[in-house]
Amino acid sequence: MSPSPDAVAALKGGWAGVTDRASLDHPALNVPASDLIAVLRELKARHAFDMLADVSGVDWGVGAKPRFTVVYHLYSTTDHGYFRVAVDCADDAAPEVPSATGLWPAADWHEREAYDMFGIRFSGHPDLRRILMWDGYPHFPLRKDFPLAGIETALPDAEVVAETKTNAIAAPMAGGPFVAEPGQINMTEAEPRAKDESWSERRPKPGA
Amino acid sequence: MVSANTELTYNSKIEGDVIVSRADAVINWIRSNSMWPMPMGLACCAIELMGSAASRFDIARFGAEVMRFSPKQADVMIVAGTVTYKMSSAVRRIYDQMAEPKWVIAMGACASTGGMYRSYAVLQGVDRILPVDVYISGCPPRPEALLDALIKMQEKVKREPSASKLLSA
Repeated sequence: MSPSPDAVAALKGGWAGVTDRASLDHPALNVPASDLIAVLRELKARHAFDMLADVSGVDWGVGAKPRFTVVYHLYSTTDHGYFRVAVDCADDAAPEVPSATGLWPAADWHEREAYDMFGIRFSGHPDLRRILMWDGYPHFPLRKDFPLAGIETALPDAEVVAETKTNAIAAPMAGGPFVAEPGQINMTEAEPRAKDESWSERRPKPGA
Repeated sequence: MVSANTELTYNSKIEGDVIVSRADAVINWIRSNSMWPMPMGLACCAIELMGSAASRFDIARFGAEVMRFSPKQADVMIVAGTVTYKMSSAVRRIYDQMAEPKWVIAMGACASTGGMYRSYAVLQGVDRILPVDVYISGCPPRPEALLDALIKMQEKVKREPSASKLLSA
């Protein structure tokens, strides 16, 4: 079951900035940040999307316009269908969207995670702190300009740093990360141990 | 009239309960056979740690069944799992709260080197913040591997100059 198509039509008619969003599965809309809370409230009150399933952030890359997008997935426990709402952040340097915590308390931790990983601020959030990384961590790890290995940073506890003389280092990558386009590289050959062996499934053992 | 000495045999009232040995041997024998673990269970290795404590593998055979969740009563910290940077301060603080003498077992690939987590969030080996005595390979190691590490730990403790350390302290 999916929500009735007139939900999409009604929402598009109600707000000028609301447009269709390409989607392979569920109905989806692009919504400007100024209309976000009104559209979400309408979806919740009128179209029975009573559950906030997920709030996630997207970084389209350094220099992309817009750079950050926040995606909401709503679920209807009566109609058993999903609905997707996407909001582009107008400001690429200090992305900010209004918080949905007033509508769904579930938005609290989701928005904290999006803030922690992407640095997207949610205005009106009651307690916008980091949730995974420690307080005072200076970077946003899921941004495209943040290296997978990390950036050398002081550990959270100054006493432990003083005692152990260590800090959060950029992790040694040992030839990785082993990420490739589909069809471009054979993952068996890309594994580190494959480099140490003269044979694999595709290259038969010499003399065998 | 002279009475004959009738105490021809071993008199337990005079010589009983006395054993001659070296202080090191006695202290280390006691320590190595009652290594109470501080179970620092942080990831899936902790499940194997629980398995070693249960009846099939039975860590009690080596005197280490008394898992103490208070660091003040523990002798050996078993770091079982992935140590994130956020958790590392807590691990170090718990280690600091353990009373001397104390030892550390790094259980599994993550605790030993960071394992598969070559990442911004994971400590690349708990030996960056703690002095580790025994490393265990495996992801996760089987309970036998933990028991093997415990035996190695006992052998190491038995070689320590405990008496001189105690006297100089």
